Amino acid sequence: MPRRTDIQKILLIGSGPIVIGQACEFDYSGTQACKALREEGYEVVLVNSNPATIMTDPGTADRTYIEPLTWEVVAKIIEREKPDALLPTLGGQTGLNVAMDLDRNGVLEKHSVEMIGAIPSVIAKAEERDQFKMAMEKIGLEVCRGEVVHTIDEAKRALENIGLPCVVRPSFTLGGSGSAIAYNRDDFESLVRNGLVQSPVTEVLIEESIIGWKEYEMEVMRDLDDNVVIICSIENFDPMGVHTGDSITVAPAQTLTDKEYQRMRDASLAVIREIGVETGGSNIQFAIHPETGRMIVIEMNPRVSRSSALASKATGFPIAKIAAKLAVGYRLWELPNDITKKTKACFEPTIDYVVTKIPRFAFEKFPEADSTLTTQMKSVGETMAIGRTFKESFQKALRGLEVGAFGFGCDGKDLWGTDLQPDEDEIRSRLARPNPDRVWYLRYAIKHGMSIEQIYELTKIDRWFLDQLSQIVEMEEELASIGSLDKIDDKTLRLAKQYGFSDRQLARLLSSDELEVRANRKGRGIQATFKAVDTCAAEFEAYTPYYYSTYEDEDETPAKQQTKRVMILGGGPNRIGQGIEFDYCCCHASFALRELGIESVMVNSNPETVSTDYDTSDLLFFEPLTTEDVLNICDRIQPDGVIVQFGGQTPLNLARGLASAGVPIIGTTVDTIEAAEDREKFQKLLHDLGLKQPANAIARNMAQARTESKKVGFPALVRPSFVLGGRAMEICYDTAQFERFVAEAFIVAEGQPVLIDSFLEDATEVDVDALCDGSNVVVMGIMEHIEEAGVHSGDSACVIPPHSLPESVVQEIRDATHAMAKRLRVVGLMNVQYAVKWIDNEPQVYVIEVNPRASRTVPFVAKATGVPVAKLAAKVMTGLSLPELGVDSEPVPKRVSIKESVFPFRKFAGVDIVLGPEMRSTGEVMGISERFSMAFAKSQLAAGVLLPEKGNIFVSVNSRHKNDIPELAQKLHDLGYPLLATPGTAACLEKAGIPVTTVKKIAEGSPNLIDYLKNEDVSLIINTPNGKGARTDEGRIRAAAVENGVPCITTLAAAREAVAAMQALRTEDYDVEPLQDRFGNQH
Amino acid sequence: MLALEDGTVFRGKSIGAAGETAGEVVFNTSMTGYQEILTDPSYRGQIVTMTYTEIGNCGTNADDVESDHPQVAGFVIRNDSRVDSNFRSQKGLTDYLVENQIVAIAGIDTRALVRHIREQGAMKGVLSTIDLDAASLVRKAQQSPGLVGRDLVREVIPERLREWNQKLFQLEQSESESPSAADRETHVVCLDFGMKWNIARHLFDQGNRVTILPGTATADEVMDLNPDGIFLSNGPGDPEPLDYAIATIRELIGQRPIFGICLGHQLLSLATGAKTFKLKFGHRGSNQPVLNLETGRVEITSQNHGFCVDEASLPDCLEITHRHLNDDTIAGVRHKSAPAFSVQYHPEASAGPHDSRYLFDVFQQLLTGGVSQRG
Repeated sequence: MPRRTDIQKILLIGSGPIVIGQACEFDYSGTQACKALREEGYEVVLVNSNPATIMTDPGTADRTYIEPLTWEVVAKIIEREKPDALLPTLGGQTGLNVAMDLDRNGVLEKHSVEMIGAIPSVIAKAEERDQFKMAMEKIGLEVCRGEVVHTIDEAKRALENIGLPCVVRPSFTLGGSGSAIAYNRDDFESLVRNGLVQSPVTEVLIEESIIGWKEYEMEVMRDLDDNVVIICSIENFDPMGVHTGDSITVAPAQTLTDKEYQRMRDASLAVIREIGVETGGSNIQFAIHPETGRMIVIEMNPRVSRSSALASKATGFPIAKIAAKLAVGYRLWELPNDITKKTKACFEPTIDYVVTKIPRFAFEKFPEADSTLTTQMKSVGETMAIGRTFKESFQKALRGLEVGAFGFGCDGKDLWGTDLQPDEDEIRSRLARPNPDRVWYLRYAIKHGMSIEQIYELTKIDRWFLDQLSQIVEMEEELASIGSLDKIDDKTLRLAKQYGFSDRQLARLLSSDELEVRANRKGRGIQATFKAVDTCAAEFEAYTPYYYSTYEDEDETPAKQQTKRVMILGGGPNRIGQGIEFDYCCCHASFALRELGIESVMVNSNPETVSTDYDTSDLLFFEPLTTEDVLNICDRIQPDGVIVQFGGQTPLNLARGLASAGVPIIGTTVDTIEAAEDREKFQKLLHDLGLKQPANAIARNMAQARTESKKVGFPALVRPSFVLGGRAMEICYDTAQFERFVAEAFIVAEGQPVLIDSFLEDATEVDVDALCDGSNVVVMGIMEHIEEAGVHSGDSACVIPPHSLPESVVQEIRDATHAMAKRLRVVGLMNVQYAVKWIDNEPQVYVIEVNPRASRTVPFVAKATGVPVAKLAAKVMTGLSLPELGVDSEPVPKRVSIKESVFPFRKFAGVDIVLGPEMRSTGEVMGISERFSMAFAKSQLAAGVLLPEKGNIFVSVNSRHKNDIPELAQKLHDLGYPLLATPGTAACLEKAGIPVTTVKKIAEGSPNLIDYLKNEDVSLIINTPNGKGARTDEGRIRAAAVENGVPCITTLAAAREAVAAMQALRTEDYDVEPLQDRFGNQH
Repeated sequence: MLALEDGTVFRGKSIGAAGETAGEVVFNTSMTGYQEILTDPSYRGQIVTMTYTEIGNCGTNADDVESDHPQVAGFVIRNDSRVDSNFRSQKGLTDYLVENQIVAIAGIDTRALVRHIREQGAMKGVLSTIDLDAASLVRKAQQSPGLVGRDLVREVIPERLREWNQKLFQLEQSESESPSAADRETHVVCLDFGMKWNIARHLFDQGNRVTILPGTATADEVMDLNPDGIFLSNGPGDPEPLDYAIATIRELIGQRPIFGICLGHQLLSLATGAKTFKLKFGHRGSNQPVLNLETGRVEITSQNHGFCVDEASLPDCLEITHRHLNDDTIAGVRHKSAPAFSVQYHPEASAGPHDSRYLFDVFQQLLTGGVSQRG
């Protein structure tokens, strides 16, 4: 059957901001779907609140709405666009939930919108535990024994049948949020309470524990004719008990015989048929008892997922694209396999390599959070590596993780053989409790002499995997015993490379250095070969140039043609501070190169991204971003240029090494990049240009820090140098804080100096992105932060255009930006952070820092202005001038655009949510409107901060804000909100004549705020902190707010804007407008 | 060392028996089921390369076999496993290979080998742990007999008639009682040309009495057993030299319902007057898509064949029921006037998906007087 002709316009819902459990993978799937549907001639309407996505580029869909993802807002879009169909299965859990809400509220019926791919009853059958369980029982498949409960009493009764330990899972939450294992009755009760709150339908499942069972996933696709194929099987290295998003996973399944694999395949087919997912991809999870083989169905996602993105990248099969085509009526066998061209999409990919995915965590940002890995996902990103063997892919994945490791130990991060080498007790405890570092402790256990059986007993990690790790350690020990590069024979050296050892590891084991190892092995003819990912294990010729490195005989990279080749280095795994924004920039660089007829080559290791879609660039190398791996690619493909300024800090860190090895870095020079980071050079540059900088100093030890602090004064900002994302950055108001934070900064700095800056209190921070071609400069966006300076720029909300700065200040900032860009001879993008402080009623502009590279705000600027900033930057880097590109003036934003940050606090119970200089947000949303107040209201709604229409508002501010609070409180009172306050703040309000109810401090007993929260008597909290920390009274208040799902605003500036937005919402409703209407179809 | 007739040589490590073996070098793209593949008699005379790289992880056991010993001429893999990690494993793969005298090699660039075969076609090769002289081994490869025109079936057919009584392997114990011999009313006689045991297990599980005759049996010998239906098995090599089987089948068509798989399919086609030809590098794997032309549905199938029925030669009495989606070759035919049908692929799976199991039901309906074939 060809495509459906009875529908013309299709609505797609994206997944919103990057949060734990929902990351770039849905930009990848949504973008693929948009392309696939438009290719078929459909008009695509897209809604997503996340501006840092390729899918929200004005050229990706026909009508693009960057709007909050609530059913009410999407209903307005439906009203305006009148789509024929809604495809709900490509926007993650968020997209699916919004679609279900639209259905539940009658919106789809009212506007005759058909859900395609999966209909509401099917989604409910897959997602609602009891329905799913009944369906599985009907087809004779076992599920976990469990019961669905809605109250704590029901839960207690259920526990009698199920017993401890058991798993508590709230229904309809992202990434299994709120799921955990209860080992005792106390845990059990608190987990159930928490789960009932977190579940949007107040429903929790209590299940038998299958911790330690083998865990598998199957990626399944089905078409309207009931043709079903398995795209990929995935085996979890970490057994049941750890969320699959937090597990190391491997494709294909490694330890199943065909009999067991086919049983799982049969079950997968039966599940998708019984649930009734009409078309598209689904993910089904299974557990298998390691000793008896008993198989249990865990769950099914009736949509594309993180795993399906992984499966697509692991096999080369574009699941989302095919899912979109199936949804409009195609049959699997009617669609071609892009990679082979000759064969059809109706087949099961087979692979001739091993894929390993390793999650990346960010617990260093949340020191108070429990780092035990459970059934609730906690990782913020992932890296994937491909090798011919498991050993190779595993070691490649470990170095792709970018945590300072260059494989399985024997590198800078290795504790073995150091003073910190763990003893057996510590090893045992770290093995028994799943945690982000367990993988390293597996090695220590092997080094310590523990047997595979002993390790298995503690971890239940399959013996096959453990043996593989042992083989790596044995090789390591053999290499160490050889001890020198001169003595090692070719065969052993080649085998070591085939085991995935990096030159860095070999250098350590063979008493050499990385470059010497490299030169030596190349002299012996031991160099990386590249093989294609082709879906078919070489049975057919592949036309899609998607490669990975290995050490084999034959290399498959295509010879260089006449056209120029330019390589783009990606950002690696998502982490806090470096995520989808940089992937967006890399994709744009690739698109720009294509437009110029230059062959684009992408290098990245993040399977979630659009950049690692084989369609994005002319050549794709799925490789870790290390100097060695990048040089290996350069050896083969001989690029004419390499772009390092788009992938965040990752490629910048490689720039010097690559440049020294003769790799042609294009754009801003490495010297310039380093000059901007070098404090002294930078200070001189500012001095020459007559620009101001806050007083600052460098300290190499505590004594020096004390001396320098006298010059800088208080408040002071301290931070370790050469560390990203504001790690260990703190503001000190007094000597005691200074002593403590500087000491901590020295620990994090690991031998590097600590920087001390005068902190500009109550200053307004401004971010500027500018384009420069070496001589011409055009400012692309000037963003005023909502929160005052001191909150990390990545965590702060910001607005384009600036809404409170006088034009003279904006002009001063513009001029300073021009001057610095020209002086630094920036070629490409530059980001500058300024602080504006009013001193004696005169605004003073200070330069905080300059980064001559693409910044996190580039996609936001592009969406606010309609100018494809990153693309232009890439073109400039290839040698075109701004006048040649027709870029001569600063774009004038047509609306007010506000970026708001989104935080993972709900995943980390008990963590203090106060914003500070250390970045902790995972994603961002954008609110656009004609007026600031409405744009702000939208940004809050999109970020999940529900500004209440009524209900009690709790106010508690620190002493510095006592003078400012009455005005704000008065407005709230006028709007009719009853106020609650702690005694200090209450006194201050009463003095101003504002009615307020005094609430006790927690230490003073009940009724305190926690009681109000539990009784759902608070709808908003405004709390500016005196101090930070989960153990303080206010820290507990904020943690309780998160736990109870009550919005909590922690800065006065944000509170002011929130009140203005609440006021605005009284008189007007949310407006929606597509980007195309705002900008015209200029892309 | 592995040497190909065109002079290509691969050096790796021996993971099987010491010795030297010649055969046609082919590749299989299944990611699971190496033990079923090793023991499949259709691989007689072939050196099988697994495209998936980690082989042996699950060890071997007594249940996952398609005949009573490994049949391949040699085995080529990228990486062997030194542990066998599976709750059913009884013996590691390398021990199993050594014990069964299979010469095998690991540690070579199997993808390079596969790409070579894909471009140049399946070719003769020699695998040796004795003669490590490349020129000498290449010469031996060139001199080895190859498959075309050779009757490999004679090496794998059983010596005498046997009654089959083994059920399909089940991972979960099922309570259902198997009918006793007396309750088995329908009788299927199989002509065994190297039959995979899973076919017999399927026929037996359908409630049939299953008798297996050597593929050399005559039509009279078959009819003397008074079968309700006749099954034509898979088997190794080129079907064209098997005149005796073709003659037997020609006589049987129309007398009783006939079902053929793989070589059996080729023989049924040959018996009606069609021709076969050799594919460049064959279809060997568990992911081969076949379109059922009657239902319009796709089956993901297990395949293992180097020869194929030539569509241009198809006589009027045969109609095509299934096509291979990758290259449009014939994957199934049916006799228009007689109750006879066959498929080029393996509905018994093992190794491979179970999508085509329904064909055994179709055959069963013919046996019990049901109507025509339905997918």
